[in-house]
Amino acid sequence: METKKTIRVLIAKIGLDGHDVGAKVLIFWLRDQGMEVIYTGLRQSVEQVVEVALQEAVDVIGVSILSGSHVSIAKKLLKRIHERELDDVLVLFGGTIPKDDIAVLKSTGVHGVFPSHAKLEEISAFIKENVKQARG
Amino acid sequence: MAKKASETEVRPVVSILGTPVKCFYGPEDLPDFDYKEKLNDPGEYPFTRGVYSTMYRSSLWTMRQYSGQSTSDSTNERFKYLLKNGQTGLSLAFDLPTQIGLDSDMPLAEDDVGKLGVAVDSLDDFERIFDGIALDQISTSFTINATAPIILAMYVLVAQKQGVEPKRLRGTIQNDILKEYIARGTWIFPPEPSIKLVGDLVEYCNKEIPRFNAISVSGTHIMEYGANTVQAVALAISIAEVYIREVLKRGSRIDEIAPLFSFHLPIGGRDFNFFEDIARLRGARRYWAKLMKEKYGAQDKRSLQFRFSTGGMGGGLTAEQPLNNIARASIYAMAAVFSGTRSLNLACFDEVYAIPSDLAIRTSLRVQQILAYETGVADVVDPLGGSYYVEALTDEMEAKIGEIIGKIESDGGIVKMIESGAIQRKLARQSYAIQKRISSGEKVLVGVNKFKVKEEERDLEVYKTDPETINRQLQRLKAVKENRDQQKVENALQQLESAAGRGDNLIPYLFEPLTAKATIGEIIDTLKKVYGTFKEPTTV
Repeated sequence: METKKTIRVLIAKIGLDGHDVGAKVLIFWLRDQGMEVIYTGLRQSVEQVVEVALQEAVDVIGVSILSGSHVSIAKKLLKRIHERELDDVLVLFGGTIPKDDIAVLKSTGVHGVFPSHAKLEEISAFIKENVKQARG
Repeated sequence: MAKKASETEVRPVVSILGTPVKCFYGPEDLPDFDYKEKLNDPGEYPFTRGVYSTMYRSSLWTMRQYSGQSTSDSTNERFKYLLKNGQTGLSLAFDLPTQIGLDSDMPLAEDDVGKLGVAVDSLDDFERIFDGIALDQISTSFTINATAPIILAMYVLVAQKQGVEPKRLRGTIQNDILKEYIARGTWIFPPEPSIKLVGDLVEYCNKEIPRFNAISVSGTHIMEYGANTVQAVALAISIAEVYIREVLKRGSRIDEIAPLFSFHLPIGGRDFNFFEDIARLRGARRYWAKLMKEKYGAQDKRSLQFRFSTGGMGGGLTAEQPLNNIARASIYAMAAVFSGTRSLNLACFDEVYAIPSDLAIRTSLRVQQILAYETGVADVVDPLGGSYYVEALTDEMEAKIGEIIGKIESDGGIVKMIESGAIQRKLARQSYAIQKRISSGEKVLVGVNKFKVKEEERDLEVYKTDPETINRQLQRLKAVKENRDQQKVENALQQLESAAGRGDNLIPYLFEPLTAKATIGEIIDTLKKVYGTFKEPTTV
């Protein structure tokens, strides 16, 4: 049986929101779960994030947004992901996201939405489950 | 034997400093306690009991709720609503593009216009925010840092238009850029020129707007980032010293500038402990008084007074059972009052979800009014003074604040720790540690990991940003740009650039570009040519 490949995650801050401690807490957690995690730093554009995802061959892009701009950013991100043929990548959004927006985000193609009160365990479980599925 | 058995049944408690907490405290916990030296009366050195002798008997704390809506007109409406409801000071929140010096029409700004506060592009927006509000009758607090010099210059220009002299303006401008590199990320330039701009504003206010708090060094964001309650205060003081040294090296005297410093400190949060929170603020007052007197040679009483406002921490509020947050905020508010806060804003019960609704903001204000008018907690100054427990804790907290600041200095200073990312990493790690304690249930959060109810509906009425906001703002900006004298704008920006190159105090050079309707983005772009931009350390 071939050795299980380590899951690679890109945690991204897109837009101008500078609150990144939640993103960093998640990074620590995912690393403790055995994943490889890359962090983009603040104020990234959608284009920059997708390029890093391509170069680093990540399985997951996790976007952290607490500024309320998640819907418009998600639309742009998913469009770009499609253009760059990265459709296999699991896309997660986390941050200050009102309940009504969860369905909106999912309709744009986001796979998992985790508001700031979500448990860390929920996020890592979701990644493990869905990355596995994506790889068949 | 019997004694031993009962002792083993006692629930062990450890303070935030890691020391065991006893079941009760007595005279033996305060050996050689000298009232005059340790406490003295309120309003007297070392101000442990409070900076004023009569405190809330003369005037209540300022009840301020943070507010800033998407556009200048909706902000103006909200301000008028709050003033009508008995609020005594205004507090203005800006959207992210305004905070980091981007105009609403710049590419990176697109998704954030009008999202977390009001969008300000030019002086026009600012005039609309304060339309019909007499600036000599109110005090205004501005949560703004990297672009603080521009915002203050705009406020002065609006006042002048109303016929109000700058000398009569009251309020506070945050103007604390260093914590932005640690916690909130609204930096623009590298630390060095940013500290210089902080100094410019302090120096300018000292000369021209003496009743305005030119700086509010903030520990609240640092705490949201993972600092504990004592670290938040110690880091704020350490940062304040950087700014003080910056202004002193220009030739100002300590007694001219120290009175302009105020602090915004956290109360509550994930690590909240009622007595510890109060004790470290009492301890901080004593630490600051001694620091100013002994290290900086300050003599003016006002230099020695550690004046602070408090922010009831959103970080302690929960998405689960959100009405519980009203109870939490009430207790934070009471701790703030016992600490001798001069001003208080409380996080609102629905803030975990979005910008607070009118109902949530009003409820936070009512919490404060109930404390002030119904409970009697504001009748006597420092009512906990003399408590064996609180005084022992205050001594311990004061010593710890000194220890943390000493360690920062011996590690090369806070600026170096920010540039290398060392402090950011340390605090983020701490935040992770707290999160794990909550996940494991070791730290109880009611409604989250204990006393849970079955998955409840979280349908709160949350405030929504009007989607038309951006278009309206873009149209206004376009109109401003079409109707101004472009040559005048360029000349004014050219002069600003030269002044920045020479290292002059920049505040006087901001009035002309602003009057000519140069935008915040244009002013910041001009300064970037001289100062460069910050390179963020991204190692986690």
